Amino acid sequence: MASARPENTDNRRGLDRRVTIPGDFALTGGQALPALEIAYETYGDLNADASNAILICHALTMDQYVAGHNPRTGKPGWWPRLVGPGKPIDPDRHFIICSNVLGGCNGTTGPGNVNPLTNQHYAMTFPVITIRDMVNAQAALLDHLGIETLAAVVGGSMGGMQALDWAVAHPHRVRSVVAIATAARHSAQNIAFHEVGRQAIMADPNWSGGAYPLDKQPVAGLAVARMAAHITYLSEEGLTEKFGRRLQDRDTPGSPQPGFGFDAEFQVESYLRHQGLSFTQRFDANSYLYITRAMDYFDLGAPHDGVLAKAFAGTKTRFALVSFTSDWLYPTAESRRIVRALNAAGAAVSFVELESPFGHDAFLLDAPEMIRVVDGFLRAGT
Amino acid sequence: MSLRPDLAAVADAVPAGARVLDIGCGDGALLAHLRDTKSVDARGIDVSAANVATAVARGLSVVQGDADADLADYPDAAFDMAILSDTLQAMRAPAVVLPELVRIARRAVVSFPNFGHWRVRGSILIGGRMPVTSTLPVSWHETANIHLCTIDDFRALVADLGLRIESAVFLSAGHRRQRLANLMAEQAVFVLKRP
Repeated sequence: MASARPENTDNRRGLDRRVTIPGDFALTGGQALPALEIAYETYGDLNADASNAILICHALTMDQYVAGHNPRTGKPGWWPRLVGPGKPIDPDRHFIICSNVLGGCNGTTGPGNVNPLTNQHYAMTFPVITIRDMVNAQAALLDHLGIETLAAVVGGSMGGMQALDWAVAHPHRVRSVVAIATAARHSAQNIAFHEVGRQAIMADPNWSGGAYPLDKQPVAGLAVARMAAHITYLSEEGLTEKFGRRLQDRDTPGSPQPGFGFDAEFQVESYLRHQGLSFTQRFDANSYLYITRAMDYFDLGAPHDGVLAKAFAGTKTRFALVSFTSDWLYPTAESRRIVRALNAAGAAVSFVELESPFGHDAFLLDAPEMIRVVDGFLRAGT
Repeated sequence: MSLRPDLAAVADAVPAGARVLDIGCGDGALLAHLRDTKSVDARGIDVSAANVATAVARGLSVVQGDADADLADYPDAAFDMAILSDTLQAMRAPAVVLPELVRIARRAVVSFPNFGHWRVRGSILIGGRMPVTSTLPVSWHETANIHLCTIDDFRALVADLGLRIESAVFLSAGHRRQRLANLMAEQAVFVLKRP
């Protein structure tokens, strides 16, 4: 039946696309970017009445390759359980859009780009951005694609923050929001962990005030930042189960002896070092500073004296929230706070806390109940 | 789909097109029925994640939560009808919940198993054992029911709370009967209003 499908002749759509949005792009902080380039992918076809578009928002260190091969790393899409043929978000039924966030390092304008006004890399002259700025950049992309209204915005972690903010910033353009393992504000603890990461980067002499050559970034600092963050994505239970106190393999069979040194002695150390180092090969240190900063500033209730319900007042958008029992980065209490606010605002909201030992990362891993909830929620909205 | 007789009696009390909150909605069977047959705006709360997942997969707006604690989050008169179906007897504080129901909704429909039914009385009086019946199927040590009451107990509490009973339906073996309800009915379905 493939011949029944209309040929995609619209070169705005497809894999590994780029677009330059004309004109100044105004930012929440008062500054503006003289040029905004957005890197994105789309899957599936827009239907005749343009009612099947779903925007997927990625987390801090992800990218636009949600369901396609990342040409830089060669890795397959990062959310295969949720996005793909036969999945809840299905290119056979939906027109799926995922763009690299503003401030990112996978093609969308960020501190690693050249400022057209100076012909220098932005580095630390890049203006501080917010989650709202990321959302507005996505809205500009939708304008370019000719999409007025989204059937749904879907995201986990920082992607969930963007999804929630979509309903606040552009309520008439979003029919449904799926926000997974996320929060409506960054807690003191969230900010604290981010600050550890940023200070690790800035303490690396190679950071050079952010003015490092792109092929010589502060690898050691960025790796430590990733190691600290990675711990927050897992649970104590998960770490214990995976590594316990086991030592790295030694020559002695049976019971390895401690080496009494500071090499990666425990398996968990070796794992974290690997996570940290491999991260530096795919992520830019300055992007990490700017995006973590954007998350720290996120607080949807702040413009309403902390009354989150007012941010959603009068909303017609449907919401589905999912949290996980072992997620201590964005714990269930944060999702419940959003649910309370949405109830107070009279919104149609669904919420479930799912059992998982995998901590915050659970939303990316095997979570059949999450798949079932998202599928049912999206089908009911169309 | 044919509903259990007590659920059918609850559903009968819900007007078409109403905004409905079903507290302790289980897997959403009643809400889905109301949505499909009466076009209600259906919302639910349930404590079980598996139930909520099933209800959401049915396309319902259901949140996982604890009805004893979470009703306070809803604004006054947010709903036309609050439903508390076969749940009151499992709640920590029925005397707190009943006024909350008619605060958040204009009416509340409350159903519960009647502990005054003759079979229950007989089980204790003659058998000397806690009852296990069709409406109370779980043994005393495993049941979630911590606040069982008779129909007369319920009427007395409603009067103490200053709430109004708009209507009542009593069921025995799935059939409606109005006489000698406190002795003869297995289940009761009350519609409450604010005074």
